[in-house]
Amino acid sequence: MKTNIQSKILVFSTEKISDPAIDLAGLLKKHYPPSVYTINVPCSSSVKPKWILHAFDKGFDGVFIAADGTDCPYGETCSDNTANIVKQAHQEMKARGIDPARLKMAAICSVCAESFVKQMISFTKALENEQKQEN
Amino acid sequence: MKNNIGVYICQCGSNISDYVDVEKVRDEVSKIEGVAIAKTTMFACADSTQKEIIEDVRNKKLDAMVVASCSPKLHLFTFRNVAIRAGLNPYHYVQVNIREQDSWAHSDHPAEATLKAIGLVSAGIARVKHSKALKSIDIPSRNAVAILGAGVSGMRAAIEMADMGTEVHLIEREHFVGGRTSQWSQLFTTRQSGEEVVSGLYNKIINNENISLYTGAELLSMKGSVGDFKAKIRIIPRYIKADCILKDNQELLNATLKAINACPVEISDDFNFNITKRKAIYKNYHSEFPECPAIDYEHCTKCGECAKYLDAVDFEQKEQEVEINVGAFVVATGFDPYEPEKGEYAYAEVENVITLPQFKRLIEMNEKELTYRNKAVKNIAYIYCVGSRQTEGKNNYCSRYCCTSAIHAAIHARNKYRDINNFHINRGIRTYGKQELLYEESSRNGDIYLQFDEENIPVVEKQGEKLIIKVKDILTQEKELEVEADLLVLVTGMVPRKHSKVSDILKIPLGRDHFFNEIHPKLKPVETVIDGVFICGACQAPFNITETIKSSLSAASKANALISKGKIELEPTIAEINPEQCSWCGACTEVCLYDAIRKIGHNGKEIAEVDESKCKGCGMCLPVCDQNAINLIGYTDKEIESFIDALIS
Repeated sequence: MKTNIQSKILVFSTEKISDPAIDLAGLLKKHYPPSVYTINVPCSSSVKPKWILHAFDKGFDGVFIAADGTDCPYGETCSDNTANIVKQAHQEMKARGIDPARLKMAAICSVCAESFVKQMISFTKALENEQKQEN
Repeated sequence: MKNNIGVYICQCGSNISDYVDVEKVRDEVSKIEGVAIAKTTMFACADSTQKEIIEDVRNKKLDAMVVASCSPKLHLFTFRNVAIRAGLNPYHYVQVNIREQDSWAHSDHPAEATLKAIGLVSAGIARVKHSKALKSIDIPSRNAVAILGAGVSGMRAAIEMADMGTEVHLIEREHFVGGRTSQWSQLFTTRQSGEEVVSGLYNKIINNENISLYTGAELLSMKGSVGDFKAKIRIIPRYIKADCILKDNQELLNATLKAINACPVEISDDFNFNITKRKAIYKNYHSEFPECPAIDYEHCTKCGECAKYLDAVDFEQKEQEVEINVGAFVVATGFDPYEPEKGEYAYAEVENVITLPQFKRLIEMNEKELTYRNKAVKNIAYIYCVGSRQTEGKNNYCSRYCCTSAIHAAIHARNKYRDINNFHINRGIRTYGKQELLYEESSRNGDIYLQFDEENIPVVEKQGEKLIIKVKDILTQEKELEVEADLLVLVTGMVPRKHSKVSDILKIPLGRDHFFNEIHPKLKPVETVIDGVFICGACQAPFNITETIKSSLSAASKANALISKGKIELEPTIAEINPEQCSWCGACTEVCLYDAIRKIGHNGKEIAEVDESKCKGCGMCLPVCDQNAINLIGYTDKEIESFIDALIS
């Protein structure tokens, strides 16, 4: 797998749902770019847009919310709430001149190791392409 | 802020250090302000290392700890206990995952994996600097469990948990209990039959008032979390009244037999692994439990023929949905035998090629003489490792039970019938432990053992009426030998249950072998990453019955220990309001699903207040606060942002 150490991605993963999937990816030795860093939170609808913007300000190229989706142990409104967070963050990113495509969200269930790996590889490629176009 | 921190970087044997330069990580993080000591260690979880950490905390007056090792799912509580034993608050400890999320995931890029480890450990140090002393929160827990599967594994777990005072809901998809064990006749080492084992367990279950048994039932959905799961169960109709108990009632038994004979529907009998047919109204064997026949919901045409003989037939019964509230799940859904591909060693192409489970049923059904498809069987060949240890298929694991099971069946056949010759064409016999006695007995009996390797698999040919198996026997210098057999038995292994919805509903991770995955085979056996969900028996790996029962007892005791105290300790992760910043807009209370936020007066203004007993720590209220007046303990802006800063630096 080709990696680009410049394309750093911050993943907000959730302790009960997506973090086990990311662990499972490692357990199964499924490789994804090492420039992907994970920070876990209780629920994807707890991510503050200011944290996302802070990550961009500090130099992350992309932010990925590994959302609980319908599996959220806290409630059915999680998907809508997380979507609202992304919407709000996208607006603030636009206002700051940050391409909204640099923030992605997808539901990653506790067994979705393969899906997570695919998301990370495709997101890394998309960010690399964006960087190439900018250059 | 913590400024005297101890950092321990684990090699995990070589699981981490093969790909991550742990010395380099130590050297880099030891330069960070506030780090008093940084060490590498072979196994951070070892007793000796734990003692060393405790001594360091005491001698060097450390005020916080970071351990960089495996997933926190595995050892978070191990090291929190180390912190407690050393005199620290357990929440002044942060675990950094540099194994599952680094060394294993990036074993293809060791240099980058080392850089990532430096970033992750630095971020862990930044986070622990802002940590606060906390106390865990207790939540109530229902002392009730749902056990999925009433094979020997689920039944044994049910009895144990019920005896310990837990309310047990035992849920079986089939109309009868016993699972695979009820399909086997004589068992090794006790010489009991599967029926006898199942009868013993069933009699304990029906006499235990703590157990509710649901047959013809499956899990439909699950909501909630550990301590308070709400599950829906679908129960399909049996179409037979519950009071139709055949035991000691010859009249009812005769009526049932007539009803079965009258049924015009014939379908493949999966109890006999499809080598026979059965009717839509059925009972697999005389003493099967519950002792009440059942009508196949899927295949019955409701023609009414059976009802002419059996008054207990009741087509008015409807499908039901039942809701249960439990603190934990124990999953004991068992395995499927491997079904060979068409043409795999001539299976499904040549009629006298069958699988080991089919052979075992054949022995059970043939009393005096062994016949298959009306032909006498004298010479039996067994090809081992079919569907296991595959070099080209996906099942590269060893199913472990099949060598013993095949040899046991061969001995049984030789003892039961006259003039049987057994030819075991194997890839090395694995009759571990006491099971070696069977291998010895079979050898003494004169069974012939021929051994092949994966490069030269046996060839099965039909030559006229003859079935010939050609094998290059490595025990006779790869001489090609031919075995003429009346019956070829493919010794098939175990595969995970087909169409299991349980994994989707409970979200239990699958391993590389596609069986349910326990967190760690030595450190957290039978536990899954889903809090409150345990696995046991052959749904987690190929097990024999003895091993299955051991894992059932393990799951039963783990589940009972978790839910029987009436409360479960949870992380003290709750929301907290900054009264100075809050000016009450109500957005937080609108989004809160637990009614945990209320309006109060404070210094002449209205603000939000969190009810600690109701807050679940989900954090949904955080992003909706325009004033940024809410933080989640353990996930404050300072902790998250300093974590991000350290990652990027």
